[in-house]
Amino acid sequence: MSLDNTYQAVMARKNEIMKSSMGLDYEVYRQGELAFDYERMMNDCGFTLQDIIRIQAETKVGNTPMYELHNLTQAVRKISAPGKGARIFLKDEAANASGSFKARRASISAYVAAQKGYKGVIAATSGNYGAAVASQAAQRGLRCIIVQEVFDSHGIGQPEIVEKGRKCEAFGAEVIKLSVGPELFYYLLLTLEETGYFNASLYTPFGIKGVESLGNELVMQIRSIAGKDPDAVVVTHAGGGNLTGTARGMLAAGCRAQVVACSVDLAGLHMASDRDFNRKSFTTGHTGFGVPFATWPDRVDVPRNAARSMRYMDDYVLVNQGEVFYITELLAKMEGIERGPAGNTSVTGAVALAREMNDDQIIVVQETEYTGAGKHHNSQLAFARKMGIEVRRGNPEEGVNGKSIVIPEHLSQVKGRRQDMEKLRVSYLKNAAKQLAPDKWSDIDRSFVAADVKKDLAWLDAALKSI
Amino acid sequence: MSKVPAGTWVEIENILLTPEQRAPQVPEDTRATPYVMRVAGFLVAEAELGSETEVRTLSGRKIHGTLKVVRPHYEHSFGETIEELLTIGLGGEL
Repeated sequence: MSLDNTYQAVMARKNEIMKSSMGLDYEVYRQGELAFDYERMMNDCGFTLQDIIRIQAETKVGNTPMYELHNLTQAVRKISAPGKGARIFLKDEAANASGSFKARRASISAYVAAQKGYKGVIAATSGNYGAAVASQAAQRGLRCIIVQEVFDSHGIGQPEIVEKGRKCEAFGAEVIKLSVGPELFYYLLLTLEETGYFNASLYTPFGIKGVESLGNELVMQIRSIAGKDPDAVVVTHAGGGNLTGTARGMLAAGCRAQVVACSVDLAGLHMASDRDFNRKSFTTGHTGFGVPFATWPDRVDVPRNAARSMRYMDDYVLVNQGEVFYITELLAKMEGIERGPAGNTSVTGAVALAREMNDDQIIVVQETEYTGAGKHHNSQLAFARKMGIEVRRGNPEEGVNGKSIVIPEHLSQVKGRRQDMEKLRVSYLKNAAKQLAPDKWSDIDRSFVAADVKKDLAWLDAALKSI
Repeated sequence: MSKVPAGTWVEIENILLTPEQRAPQVPEDTRATPYVMRVAGFLVAEAELGSETEVRTLSGRKIHGTLKVVRPHYEHSFGETIEELLTIGLGGEL
């Protein structure tokens, strides 16, 4: 009997496909209409931090270097008020197998898939995660399929995404290349159903647990180098898993540093637009993912998202494309390292924040990623120019997404800007209210919602009156 | 037209959803286009470019589709030099 493979029919089979592709029943964590037992879900995967570190060490993940960016710190101090300019540190996650922190996120899923006897793993992603899953699957003897949004209706692929696809193939994965659209998820479901492979989703407890080792490692390294805890940790933010996992790992190490999200501001560009697809120079770490995932995490390919960034986020800094390209070039020229866009987004955020912080304070950029053809900022800018986007030096605030990229002329023009956290929290509440009217929320739903935005019940009551 | 021999590394293409079948939430410009997939694999049997055929992918799956490219390759690069970058970090910003 052949199954009905129309969009609607496949989406209607979502829950049963997910259950058999992960062996995880999310229903047992349900506590109310909105609430679920997040901590129990995270603990039930049964791995301690020590287990995670051991599993990751088997497949070339973790124990990445921590560098102090002395020259960049000095440069920031020259443009800061006296006594300002925090020490900037960088955790070189590009040293993981596959070249990014995403190896941490993929490692536990691949381990579990092998343990449970699945023949292969599948992931839907246009990011470094695909290469990470492919690399981990290769080491665990699993087949791998990566489902990726690659090209627009003219068949043109964003150079960074083309490179990420190449890397997946290099590790032996089958890469399904798709045109622009949210139906990526539809094809993921079809492929899971056909193959019976494990769904190595970015948003399972395994994915997030894998990143906890990063947060823990980072704190231990700063304690060892500087003899104290970091004051702030900047995390490039998209789907929320990097921030959630890192923050949880930091808490496990007893570190209470500020957790700051940082995204490239891509306001004005629609993420599912065929036209806009090739008019953005960043494929992740941008507000097109960062804001919607923060304000409603459960919009993903699993019933409940283990990446719940607003639970842990203290602040959120936005940077623009021109600012990140400038800092990327400066990192190469001043610090002698070439790295890719994801980590450099938070280096840019860290420069902006370090100027406000005291010079005895420490700010940590918690990831880097590899770079090369397609991912390099020169590739991105050359491609942008071909797509008709103006590229020039000047005041980066003059850049208009999709039309122009203005690269700063001077470090003092790298300022970033604050995302309004209160607005994000209220936006989350509005999304929750769309699921169920607030007057119908039970006490357990109310407590869950408050915790999900890192606030208490008094705040919740006041905020609900305003929406 | 000359035949492409079995075993050749090729790329096939399929229309997964026509514009009418697309997800309800897609924006207008995207909705005007079909949802297309491409995958590379080894050609199972000799075939002509543009014909319906079958490939065996790197994961070992057999997938049907229209034969589009023979021996697909990557040509993404570092792009034409952006001169605006070259002067950054030479001391002027400090």
